[in-house]
Amino acid sequence: MSLRDQPGPYFGEFGGRFVPESLVEAIDELSAAYDVARSDPEFRAELERLGREYTGRPSILTEVPRFAGSFGASRILLKREDLNHTGSHKINNVLGQALLSSRIGKRRLIAETGAGQHGVATATAAALFGMECTVYMGEVDTERQALNVARMRLLGAEVIPVRTGSRTLKDAINEAMRDWVSNVASTNYIFGTVAGPHPFPAMVRDFQKIIGEEAREQVLQAVGRLPSAVAACVGGGSNAIGIFDAFLDDQEVALYGFEAGGDGIETARHAATISKGRPGVLHGARSYLLQDEDGQTIESHSISAGLDYPGVGPEHSWLASIGRVRYSAITDSEAMEAMRLLSRTEGIIPAIESAHALAGAGKLAAELESGSVILVSLSGRGDKDMETASSWFSLAGDS
Amino acid sequence: MSEVQSLIDERRRAGRGCLVGYLPIGFPSLDESIGAAITLANSGVDILELGIPYSDPVMDGPVIQRATQRSLEGGFRVRQVFEALETIRNESAVPTLVMTYWNPVLQFGVRNFAAELKKSGASGLITPDLIPDEAKDWIEISSEFDLDRVFLAAPSSSKERLDAITRNSRGFVYAVSTMGTTGSRSELDSAARALVGRLREANAERICVGLGISTPEQVAEVLKYADGAIVGSAFVSSLETGGIEALRAKAQALSGSIRLG
Repeated sequence: MSLRDQPGPYFGEFGGRFVPESLVEAIDELSAAYDVARSDPEFRAELERLGREYTGRPSILTEVPRFAGSFGASRILLKREDLNHTGSHKINNVLGQALLSSRIGKRRLIAETGAGQHGVATATAAALFGMECTVYMGEVDTERQALNVARMRLLGAEVIPVRTGSRTLKDAINEAMRDWVSNVASTNYIFGTVAGPHPFPAMVRDFQKIIGEEAREQVLQAVGRLPSAVAACVGGGSNAIGIFDAFLDDQEVALYGFEAGGDGIETARHAATISKGRPGVLHGARSYLLQDEDGQTIESHSISAGLDYPGVGPEHSWLASIGRVRYSAITDSEAMEAMRLLSRTEGIIPAIESAHALAGAGKLAAELESGSVILVSLSGRGDKDMETASSWFSLAGDS
Repeated sequence: MSEVQSLIDERRRAGRGCLVGYLPIGFPSLDESIGAAITLANSGVDILELGIPYSDPVMDGPVIQRATQRSLEGGFRVRQVFEALETIRNESAVPTLVMTYWNPVLQFGVRNFAAELKKSGASGLITPDLIPDEAKDWIEISSEFDLDRVFLAAPSSSKERLDAITRNSRGFVYAVSTMGTTGSRSELDSAARALVGRLREANAERICVGLGISTPEQVAEVLKYADGAIVGSAFVSSLETGGIEALRAKAQALSGSIRLG
């Protein structure tokens, strides 16, 4: 039985639609519109055209021998989603959902954002399609990702800092859902990751699976065989599902998801949902979740705003439960070290999110037999992280 | 027939509707929240709705968010709800429903939660983020423990959904007056009346309307077509700004409008 193309709402015991009744008609409408669109050649052709002429697809594959050499004798290849227009994989999903919004006649887009990458992508799509756009962003994140706030505003979007709860991504999602409940007739919620209620986990995966489909062909072309391992960072998990999906039925390809270990998963400050959480319901789906004994969500911590989320997509929870993907954690320090190493050995500055996958790939390279091929999802570029990097590495000033 | 159902029917026979009053447990403190609930019960509120504070309350507006967050910061634990229920039941005969997002129940264990609810004298649950489609366990277990299940209906709900909501609810159906979150509104949406009409067509026997109701005029207006008016943010706001005295005055003003009406 194929593991690919799971339609939802359930992935094993994970997923579902735990939403207020007020949202059910909207997600039903979205599900129905998506079911029509996904098999409509015109929709697919338009999405492919946008990918080609706007995003810059296919994204290239880059082998990084100097980086790989630091870890042993494996070969490491990067799938360069950082080179997409707007700087990350997020645009793949946003263009799909924005196109769908225009099909159902909703001209106002709302989105949540953590690092700001999904918010920037949504603001970009809104500008392209001539739509209105409001982005909710935790106040803490608006401070650590100030550059992306400016980008969104320049693109014409309204950015609303969210001051409730922990003032990060989870609270931005709560506030976006409240907006959606209140304005559902005119507004479509462009959800940024493979979490949330059905149809988002399956739909966002479908818009992101192009990453793995391209990469699988490119690796076959470049090295003549499938990779031994595929590595991706996992917050909500959209770039990871995107690159894993095409390989799910290739049992010889080991799949690795790297969560944000923050200060270390032995401490209270991390965002390693699958490694340290347990199943529960948050933001519309049953999935692994960082929560206390009472089911109250615990605040996550990561140096990377894009991974700083106490939940994870339900398909990941399922893939973990059946053992198809192995999930482990990378600490802030390990990720920052990998960011510096890739920058210095290859001249590529990765997003801190993606640096978690790079650090994970380094660990794999040390374990796998010599000549193994590791494919890494380089999900985004590091420009937005320069303030964080500057203070972490003390890069500013005279010396 | 459940206690809530009998009460609604009894009020209807007497030619009046019900006032349902919401307060979160643990705001401003556990003891004060218990005192506040008893005050509501003694000031003309017919049915109490006690809220379990939750970290991610997507259906709530700013007033209730602020109160529940403060409760959580004060160290609220889910098991305190059962203690609170027992105390309130000892002091008043008003039937009491618990309003909770689903994850706290899931983590407590649905069966354990139902058993504790029953033991502490609660009538059942109102579940803002649990739709009947996802509620198989809760429907079975609540039937077994003879507890009410209040599901929400929205102006956007299709006929099929209103049928399913009506079929699966016990106690009453919670008709959401407007597309939005909790909190006072100067004007009540005409959508509320239309929704109640559609629920009657779906054979809902008991319907209470909630969201945005804060004035005696709004209560009187809603009770022209519904069996109950649910007031939440307005009570929380009174408690927040004026303490128990303001809460009592608010409850008396709202329940007074029922008797006059």
